[in-house]
Amino acid sequence: MSRNLNKILNYSLLKICLIPIMLWIISSLVFILLRVAPGDPVDAILGSGADDVSREFLRNKLGLNEPLINQYFSYIKNILHLDFGQSLSTQEPVLNIILKSLPASLELGFFSILSAALIGFPLGLIGLKNRGKKTDYIARILGIATYAIPPFWGAMLAQLLFSVFFNISPIGGRFPIFQQQPQITGFLVLDSILSNNIIALKDSLYHLALPSITLGFLLSGIFTRSLRVNLGKTLKSDYVDAALCRGISRGKIFLNHALPNALLPIVTISGLTMASLAGGALLFEVTFSWPGIALRLHEAISQRDYTLVQGIVIFTSMLIVSLNLLVDILIAYLDPRIEY
Amino acid sequence: MDINSFNRVGTNIRKAGFLIVLFYLLVVLIMKFLEANNFFGYSFSMLSNDIFAPPSLNHFCGTDRLGRDVCLRTLQGSSLAIEVVFLAILFSLSLGLPLGLLSGYFGGFFDKCLSLIMDTIFSIPVILLSVVVAFVLGKGILNAALALCIVYSPQYFRLIRNQTILVKSETYVEAAQVAGADVKKIIFKYILPNVITPLPILLTLNAADAVLVLGSLGFLGLGVPADVPEWGSDLNLALAALPTGIWWTALFPGLAMFFLVLGLSFIGEDLEEIFDNQNSE
Repeated sequence: MSRNLNKILNYSLLKICLIPIMLWIISSLVFILLRVAPGDPVDAILGSGADDVSREFLRNKLGLNEPLINQYFSYIKNILHLDFGQSLSTQEPVLNIILKSLPASLELGFFSILSAALIGFPLGLIGLKNRGKKTDYIARILGIATYAIPPFWGAMLAQLLFSVFFNISPIGGRFPIFQQQPQITGFLVLDSILSNNIIALKDSLYHLALPSITLGFLLSGIFTRSLRVNLGKTLKSDYVDAALCRGISRGKIFLNHALPNALLPIVTISGLTMASLAGGALLFEVTFSWPGIALRLHEAISQRDYTLVQGIVIFTSMLIVSLNLLVDILIAYLDPRIEY
Repeated sequence: MDINSFNRVGTNIRKAGFLIVLFYLLVVLIMKFLEANNFFGYSFSMLSNDIFAPPSLNHFCGTDRLGRDVCLRTLQGSSLAIEVVFLAILFSLSLGLPLGLLSGYFGGFFDKCLSLIMDTIFSIPVILLSVVVAFVLGKGILNAALALCIVYSPQYFRLIRNQTILVKSETYVEAAQVAGADVKKIIFKYILPNVITPLPILLTLNAADAVLVLGSLGFLGLGVPADVPEWGSDLNLALAALPTGIWWTALFPGLAMFFLVLGLSFIGEDLEEIFDNQNSE
């Protein structure tokens, strides 16, 4: 037992040591892409028709006239201090912008994963129960189909159906514009509860419902699939047969033996889903005008706000890479069988 | 009995997938042919059309806010999507395959570094990475393909590297080494044919994913130039018209994208199942 714990500790330490290295690689990669790759950032910001004076001004402002190696060191130094520079369009520090819009994204992400699990697991169970029959077939095709729907298009269809035609949901946004939002943590649902504001809670859930359920539906395919594959494998294993021979009922075997063993890979996959969730949520925010990080990224792209694009991409990638590594460690703690 | 019916379902899925993809290829060919013969008189018809006309006999899928025929734009979009995705997958394969082979075969420090870099790139969300590359490179068909290539090459690298390490320790490779075959021959004759078996799965699944990412780039205002018909950018234009209940500009490009991704995923899923079954036997 203690040897095992030791191993896990070593593994965790190794993984945690990996985080800074990976973050360093990410920031260097973005630097290489933005500075060394063909294509001048000044061109990217001003367009190729700009005059020399404004080009030179911008070059000095961004520090592009210094030698590349100096640029690289000051860039890494700034990132170590979490200083991503100033937004070119609003002159606000990029980190402020990110921190202001992060809660909205996290809130949407949390509720989406929740509804993905609520939709995906029952579907997977139904499919598994009728393995090889028509229902399984339909559940499987539904799983692939939800993956094949372009997320932003799925969001548009949901808007069209529920907001425009049936008019039962707001078409976008996070909160009614004319009302005072509760401001404590930035998470509106939590804030409304903390400030005992029933109306605000109702309003924020009302805005949250359509985006999170739609995104959850699109992500549910991954849950259905992982449940089907893992639980299917577990149900075929010898100890399930042995339990059956001993006369234990199928329902009991399922709950006490198969489910706990199948749950772990599902946790893994749910963790990995976060990365694809980030991708899907990115475009969801644009479609639903959800004021999160991705909407800011979209604005930054259309305003050619170079520093803001750079900051948001680095920050978000770092967040997700770190989360992935932490999920790895969590899994190692949960499952002693995993080899590492 | 159970297994048989299940396999039949699998074959049906694959068949449907192949049919869908074939249909798209056919559309691309026909559209290229008609365009080459200047069949549409494109610029002229656009000016005389009503804007946002709902679907009718004249325009099967209606017109968009510039009076362009949505049906025509959607069909033309398929040729662009297939072109870019094909290029992107080709680039990432030709980058990932040799690197993975060499890295897996020789191992050592170089392998460790390269693996770490590729793993890092792999863990960055696909869309974020392609957004940066597309933002830097600007708009263009080749640039969009490059943006997708950087995203997907780590996947080929990882797959080929891990397979190579497995195959490297097989007896026949060791026998060849002992017999004094040179490295080139071992890699090309003994290792390469045995590591590329799972490639078709990754190729089709990546192609499906790449269609989505290309659409996402277009939706964010990146990727290909505005005058090239592309589903994602068309959908972004449709988003602005959505609150007024104009559904046809939003529905058809998305449907086209959905079915292409669906067809490719069907093929990929089924190949995966076949591969898994072979391995477990």
